[in-house]
Amino acid sequence: MAKVKGLRCRECGRDYPVEPIHVCEFCFGPLEVVYDYEEIRKSISREKIEKGPKSLWRYVDLLPVENPTVGLTAGFTPLKKAEKLGEVLGLRNLYIKDDSVNHPTLSFKDRVVSVAISKAKEFGFDTAACASTGNLANSVAAHCAQAGLSCYVFIPANLETQKIFGSLVFNPTVVAVEGTYDDVNRLCSEIANDQGWAFVNINIRPYYAEGSKTLAFEVVEQLGWRAPDAVVAPAASGSLYTKIWKGLKELKEVGLIDSVNTRMCGAQAEGCSPIAQAWKEGRDFIKPVRPSTIAKSIAIGNPADGIYALQTTRESGGDWETATDEEIIEGMKLLAETEGIFTETAGGTTIAVLKKLAQRGAFDPDEVVVAYITGNGYKTLEVLDGHLSEPVRIQATLKDFKEKVLARV
Amino acid sequence: MAVTVRVPTPLRRLTDGQGEVEVDAKTVREAIEKLEEQYPGFKERLLDENGELRRFVNLYLNDEDIRFLKGADTELKDGDVLSIVPAIAGGM
Ligand SMILES: Cc1ncc(COP(=O)(O)O)c(C=O)c1O
Ligand SMILES: [Zn+2]
Repeated sequence: MAKVKGLRCRECGRDYPVEPIHVCEFCFGPLEVVYDYEEIRKSISREKIEKGPKSLWRYVDLLPVENPTVGLTAGFTPLKKAEKLGEVLGLRNLYIKDDSVNHPTLSFKDRVVSVAISKAKEFGFDTAACASTGNLANSVAAHCAQAGLSCYVFIPANLETQKIFGSLVFNPTVVAVEGTYDDVNRLCSEIANDQGWAFVNINIRPYYAEGSKTLAFEVVEQLGWRAPDAVVAPAASGSLYTKIWKGLKELKEVGLIDSVNTRMCGAQAEGCSPIAQAWKEGRDFIKPVRPSTIAKSIAIGNPADGIYALQTTRESGGDWETATDEEIIEGMKLLAETEGIFTETAGGTTIAVLKKLAQRGAFDPDEVVVAYITGNGYKTLEVLDGHLSEPVRIQATLKDFKEKVLARV
Repeated sequence: MAVTVRVPTPLRRLTDGQGEVEVDAKTVREAIEKLEEQYPGFKERLLDENGELRRFVNLYLNDEDIRFLKGADTELKDGDVLSIVPAIAGGM
């Protein structure tokens, strides 16, 4: 464990060993993985990374896993220069980081889960579990199937059908809880006390969360080893957003890039925007809300990393915006029509917020701006019902084709 | 009022490993005082210097967040269950 020194409380700084624990016994603050950057700096290099596997494991030197065994295909998703969307928004160097095609379950969660389940195997667990708004459940179920672990996923009972099937197909025990994600999460926190399971976003959380740093690492490498000028990323618990920032800073720390001047912009759905509201009101604390939005994957009313997300925004000179349900759907359609990428509601939120920020002049037209698309549209099909054009129905005759299709314009 | 307190793993060192303990109290605040008497160390872990609930501690009375009730002044009755739950968890 040369590269990892241990865990440390983010609030009071007390040190803990590398164990399946996530909160400080003294102040209940979150525990975070601490690395020996001096040591890592000696052996890490751009060349070594570029020769590594075409997955997030090319950055294993900055991940808290010794021996990756699960999720070997996650990460290394496309970074696409978005010429057409950029034209619409007046941005000449806009890029889409496209985790809608992350492997195997089509959301950025495959990053955090491959790290979490590899770690759970290292710890010797035989059962893994999670509290989820859908994507995490899909990913945990798939990776447990790969790893041969027993699996329990807990979800709010009202999730999208596609996301429920997307877990059931891997044959875990799916527990649908009457209530919001926050209710599910609280229940799981209590279950985690006694079951001896690897709860990926509870007792394995310090390791799990580190997986999101690879969203920063890949973008920097794909841009030719430079940090973007600004990014837009969605936030639910605020973990992904905070870890992108941590990832950028680490690359500088270990000498892979010289500077980081990235403004971190966060996106939330208006119907569940406790972090964005705190930012707008200049608060450094979060007031929990009860979510009401079609963007169910990011509907967390009591975000665990909310205050750290706010710190990240302050440190980086970033900003927050929100999107209404209507704007979210418009965002999904805009990305699909301009770039051929079909994202889910979380991605619609990101694009809607990107658009708002661009319109109010938050970016210079030549700046390198990266929008993080974290999920896939085929998982939230039902929200589009009534918002798209209808197929043109015809008989199998040339006559019908000419009259109904060609004559349409 | 006899109430059951559910103790999370990080605090079980204080209770000799017990996941549930009983205290006699009329309010949440009093329950914390009683916990401190029986298991020294509880109070400073749950409350900050100003006697407010720490930022990373959530307390639930029969599954309802006490911040949506009357906070530390929330009244207790016989048979109530008070859960101490670390706020840090989740991320969908
Ligand atoms: C598609 C998608 N994007 C973004 C997020 C937000 O993640 P975080 O909780 O790390 O803020 C989630 C969480 O489930 C998600 O499913
Ligand atoms: Zn601490």
